[in-house]
Order: sequence, then structure tokens, then C-alpha cells
Amino acid sequence: MAKHFYITKEPIDINSVVEKVIHPHAGAINTFIGTVREMTNGKRTLFLEYDAYIPMAEKKLEQIGSEINNRWKETRVSIVHRIGRLEISDFAVVIAVSTPHRADSYEASRYAIERIKEIVPIWKKEHWEDGEEWIGDQLEKTAYPSGRPGKEHLYD
Amino acid sequence: MINVLLFAGLQEKVGKSEILVDKDILTIDELVSHIREIESRLDLTNVMVAVNEELVNDPDQVIRAGDTVALLPPVSGG
Repeated sequence: MAKHFYITKEPIDINSVVEKVIHPHAGAINTFIGTVREMTNGKRTLFLEYDAYIPMAEKKLEQIGSEINNRWKETRVSIVHRIGRLEISDFAVVIAVSTPHRADSYEASRYAIERIKEIVPIWKKEHWEDGEEWIGDQLEKTAYPSGRPGKEHLYD
Repeated sequence: MINVLLFAGLQEKVGKSEILVDKDILTIDELVSHIREIESRLDLTNVMVAVNEELVNDPDQVIRAGDTVALLPPVSGG
């Protein structure tokens, strides 16, 4: 069976992600597509670059799938994240969740994208007209200060 | 010998995708201090350590030669 959770350097085909979660017991399929935004706080992005620790990132995406299966019954999940250079409006991440009833599909999809931003080792570099920078800690939740581990929200 | 994988900004700063640490056994805390010494350019603030693809939150956890170790800056995917 093709992988349900993976990192790719190629453009993401939405249909192929949706097809992975189609199931006779499902009454809803929710898709989330994260795209490259041009303007952030008044600053123009020219393009983005994503890097990932691929084996761990795929493992963590799979973990998010398991967490969703534990929280919402009879869900099917597929998540694909693209890395490399992405232009404005390119799809960075595609999430598909199928559930028997629609409410769960919305909740589970939202849960998936929030968890991606917490636990999956993927990094984004912004390229602006006047510079570039690797972006960290979008949630503004601290990891551990000065390299010393402490209590952390990432562990499950 | 322990290979420490680098990504994103850390990789760019050092100019390579891994650092070789000439030890066979050490704790997370010792590893971080050691890397601070040999790669003083690196800002390890908020950087986390993953061992065998799992984050480690115990600074006293022991790493041995053969473990897969990675330094992870705060993530920004999605």
C-alpha cells in the first residue's frame, strides 16, 4: 500500500492524497491545503524554502495519524508535506481526513495542522526582497532555553 | 564516534549537514556543551536533541556511538 504520510520534493497531487482516505464507512472527507502566502505582516515573500529531517518527519506525521485515530472513531488520515523551493501559492502541505460524520472531519483536520506545527521536524526559510531567514517557533512556545531540555509540549 | 545531524539554519551556519563528535558515550548535556565548544558559531538556544528520531527531554540521557543524533531548531512546517 502506498504511504499515507510522507515528505516529497515534488508538487503534491491533491487527488492522490484524498484517494488514500476514501472508505465506504466515511460520510465526509475534509481536505486542508496549506499554501505559500505572499504577504506576512506587510512584508512580501518572494519564495520559501523548506527543509526536513525526513525519516523523523514521516514518523511524526504517522504519529499524528495515530493520535487522530485514537481521538476520533473510524478516521482515515493522509498527510503530505512538500520541501525544497516553493513559489507563492504552491501547496506546502495537504491533509485529508475521512470520518463517518462531518463534524469529526473538520476537528481532526484542524488537529492535524496544529500538531504539524508543534512536533514535525520541518523548517521554513523566508526569502524576502531584502533578506532571508529560517523561521522558528511559530507558536511562540519555547522549547528549552540554552540547549538544556526541560518540560516540553512536543513529547507524547 | 557520534554523528550529529544538522538542519535548516544550523546546517547553513556550519556549512555541512553533520558534525562528528569524537566520543563514544556522553549525555545530552555533555553533547550540547561539547558542540558549543567545537562550533562556537552555532546558537543552540531553543535547539532540541533527537536521538534515534525521538526528542529527548532528559539532559542526563546517555548517547552512545551508533545512535542517530540530530539537533532540531524550533519547527516551522505547515
